[in-house]
Amino acid sequence: MARTPADLVEAEPDPPFEITFDGRTVTALPGQSVAAALWGAGILAWRTTRHGGRPRGAFCGIGQCYDCLATVNGEPNRRACLVPARPGDAITTQEGHGHADLAV
Amino acid sequence: MPTSPSEPYDLAVIGAGPAGLAGAVTAGELGLSVALLDAAGTTGGQYFRHPAPGLGAARPQALHHDWAAFAALRRRLGASGVTHLAHHHVWTVQRQDDGPWTAHALTGAEGDTPVRVRARAILLAAGAYERQLPFPGWTLPGVVGAGGAQAMLKSGLVLPGQRVVVAGSGPLLLAVASSLATAGAHVPAVIEASGYLGYAHRPLTLVANPHKLLEAAVHGTALLRHRIPLRTRSAVTEVHGTDRVEAVTVSRLDRDWRPLPGTGRRIACDALAVGHGLLPRTELATGLGCATRRAPDGTHALALGDLQETSVPGLWAAGETGGIGGWQLACAEGELAGIAVAARLRGLPALTGSRRVRDLARRRDRMRAFADTMAAAHAPGPGWTGWLTDATDVCRCEEVTVGGIREAVTGLGARDTRTVKLLTRAGMGWCQGRMCGTAVACLAAAGTEQGTVPPSAERRPLAVPVPLGALADQPAENDRTS
Ligand SMILES: Cc1cc2nc3c(=O)[nH]c(=O)nc-3n(C[C@H](O)[C@H](O)[C@H](O)COP(=O)(O)OP(=O)(O)OC[C@H]3O[C@@H](n4cnc5c(N)ncnc54)[C@H](O)[C@@H]3O)c2cc1C
Ligand code: FES
Repeated sequence: MARTPADLVEAEPDPPFEITFDGRTVTALPGQSVAAALWGAGILAWRTTRHGGRPRGAFCGIGQCYDCLATVNGEPNRRACLVPARPGDAITTQEGHGHADLAV
Repeated sequence: MPTSPSEPYDLAVIGAGPAGLAGAVTAGELGLSVALLDAAGTTGGQYFRHPAPGLGAARPQALHHDWAAFAALRRRLGASGVTHLAHHHVWTVQRQDDGPWTAHALTGAEGDTPVRVRARAILLAAGAYERQLPFPGWTLPGVVGAGGAQAMLKSGLVLPGQRVVVAGSGPLLLAVASSLATAGAHVPAVIEASGYLGYAHRPLTLVANPHKLLEAAVHGTALLRHRIPLRTRSAVTEVHGTDRVEAVTVSRLDRDWRPLPGTGRRIACDALAVGHGLLPRTELATGLGCATRRAPDGTHALALGDLQETSVPGLWAAGETGGIGGWQLACAEGELAGIAVAARLRGLPALTGSRRVRDLARRRDRMRAFADTMAAAHAPGPGWTGWLTDATDVCRCEEVTVGGIREAVTGLGARDTRTVKLLTRAGMGWCQGRMCGTAVACLAAAGTEQGTVPPSAERRPLAVPVPLGALADQPAENDRTS
């Protein structure tokens, strides 16, 4: 029986790279979304809600729920489940709504 | 490809899942110039979602039962001359008078570069998203969509936890539990709210769809192999944990999905994958006034003609945007639509009289009938609201609770989703009610006599949130015409 998803598909990824989450180093694999890289490091929450300050992370996994909003390299409100991780990315916990620059 | 840069494509296909791929490839092979747009970086949609090349998966088929079908579609796509526009999020589709259509999309590394794609016909193949019902604790990190867990696994090769309970309703749960277990997670149980007996009332539909029986058997074996118990007529009625999932309580349900007091049992886990079926993604089409139909499970899908055209001429649809039904149905519909578009644009009505078209239409009708049986069997029972507490969050974005909504309904007389939204902000946040819409409609309808799901399809003005700049700024040089 496979022990990890990577074993299952006999993955031989390109060399891994580093990103940071709130300053902590996280190893990401080429082709992973920011959310996948964080899940891979056991991190499930990277946003706190506006009213209750509650932790949130990826929920729908396909770009529909907006629960996974993260601040990526200083830019808030990026959907971590869609944004590909890139070497050196600095992901920070987004508190409240980052800033509201969207129409809807 | 259009012969001059200012010329529109013959066909723009929105969505590169099974339906969109089949439609684009078919139309391309019939000689049309086709643009295939998808928000994702790779083709395949939900069912054929797979790791990006950088992950170097030598055996992606280990997560798919039907990889060969996708490989064939991909091969044909490569040879067809279809232009694949990856990472293009379409936010609206417009048409001026009888001129060509314009699909407005956002692309670029920051996802904010506006692009226009013009085409003589549109095939909408936007698929579906998961239907969610709230329960106490469902906003804790570690609670993820069942399809979401599947999607993250298939594309990113990651799991939300080591011990993952799978819960909700519908056949997707079996597929998700199988994948998670095969990929190394421990799945303590699959919790299904329905009885799976609804299927038995329509034995003829089942016999006519042997591939569905086969699929069920495949997933069934994987559940057996991994010793995963399937508990029917049960639901997760509470999630425990402070900052992440530590356990869930599972309760027995009556036939109406009402939790039976005193039946709660705790299961330790570090994640919960949950979903209650799928909802068609119709907003790009309903924004244009396309007619919808109501499926037996209360969901709204686009109403389509025999050859997949919507009620708006020149706009076709295929796959789950026209009703939930699985990837094989999506492929059949995509191919039909591709042929129909070619027949219309080339003025060759005879194309649609072929034996192939009759076969495809017959298969489509059979699979749709099965999908309707399945939808009815897994439709949420009216008693599900029995597991809510007043403190349960319903709207995840705006953090509106059950208590807040009940106050709007019983205290202020709200009877529909719109009024509840105006009074409480439920459904006004980022996701525009995609996650809470079903629940809000049920809670609002509790104040009416019929007590059902929404009377009309939801309308969202834009399919994705758009930066204000993109609305104002439509530079012509971003037109994709060749
Ligand atoms: C999260 C999830 C996981 C699923 N997993 C499975 C599974 O494991 N097994 C199974 O049998 N079924 C699964 N399904 C069901 C599955 O949807 C179908 O059976 C099948 O993939 C439907 O094909 P489709 O072509 O209709 O839509 P999809 O496969 O959903 O394809 C639609 C495509 O359209 C794109 N799109 C949508 N809107 C836009 C837009 N505005 N702009 C640009 N692109 C857009 C999407 O990115 C997507 O790639 C899943 C469904 C969901 C929602
Ligand atoms: S997890 Fe839902 S939008 Fe990213």
